[in-house]
Amino acid sequence: MKFAVIVFPGSNCDVDMYHAIKDELGEEVEYVWHDAQDLSGFDGILLPGGFSYGDYLRSGAIARFANVMKEVVKAADEGKPVLGVCNGFQILLEAGLLPGAMRRNEKLKFICRPVKLKVENNETMFSNKYDKGEIITIPIAHGEGNYYCDEKTLEELIANKQIVFTYQDNPNGSLNNIAGIVNKRGNVLGMMPHPERAVSELLGNTDGLKLFQSIVRSWREAHVTNS
Amino acid sequence: MYRVKVYVTLRESVLDPQGNAVKNALHSMNFNEVEDVRIGKYMELAIGKTDRNVEEIVDEMCKKLLANPVIEDYRYEIEEVAVK
Repeated sequence: MKFAVIVFPGSNCDVDMYHAIKDELGEEVEYVWHDAQDLSGFDGILLPGGFSYGDYLRSGAIARFANVMKEVVKAADEGKPVLGVCNGFQILLEAGLLPGAMRRNEKLKFICRPVKLKVENNETMFSNKYDKGEIITIPIAHGEGNYYCDEKTLEELIANKQIVFTYQDNPNGSLNNIAGIVNKRGNVLGMMPHPERAVSELLGNTDGLKLFQSIVRSWREAHVTNS
Repeated sequence: MYRVKVYVTLRESVLDPQGNAVKNALHSMNFNEVEDVRIGKYMELAIGKTDRNVEEIVDEMCKKLLANPVIEDYRYEIEEVAVK
């Protein structure tokens, strides 16, 4: 399976993401610059964290109009897995690939620490290696992770089981403790916590690795015979 | 040309944590008459000659980029100015 890590000016978790895929997951991966015109050679798209375009105006607001985003939308329409982490999640929201928006953290602080998450839905292509209700520890690092959507959207998210991860102890004021959601089709996941920072035994936490393994497992089941 | 002032604020229904912090600070300074503070963004745009309706352009820019309609409201003032 071949992944693209999209790099915007100001991305800063692209190297972690690349490392997670190449060295810990053991799959193919390439960096793709924000003005790329073609993502057809990739099976999965990863939008890393950081501060694309300096977070000017709003987080993700300017990145959403980068050239490559047309291709990201196309990949999502084709059913390819698209994962946005942290700033990547914010970009997916601004791009309308996921519903809702991010507000400043409730306590106005930038929070950088490991948090406990609950796997609410383990039937997505991003979470099938986890148990339902499994509690995992994944680091967060954000100042704007306070998820918001209107009541109608929230009802839909719940009804369609689009809430994949919730915070056990809500760090940022996020609506319904939401840490990560998928689109209706289930192939676009946005999450504030950083699974790519929790993939190595050496660094003391591998809880994020199963997320990437889930993607590969779904892809193999769909694309490889005798898998 | 036109000078455009755009004001973007969080929607009434969305809690403004920054505004709340500032309101509390004002209260602690004994400005107890302050009932609410909403913090927003102010932008100035200079728009050159165009065949299109300026208000239409500004509204489109606000909807697409300058504000996020999910959490923000916007308003704008357009002033036509003579080019020197």
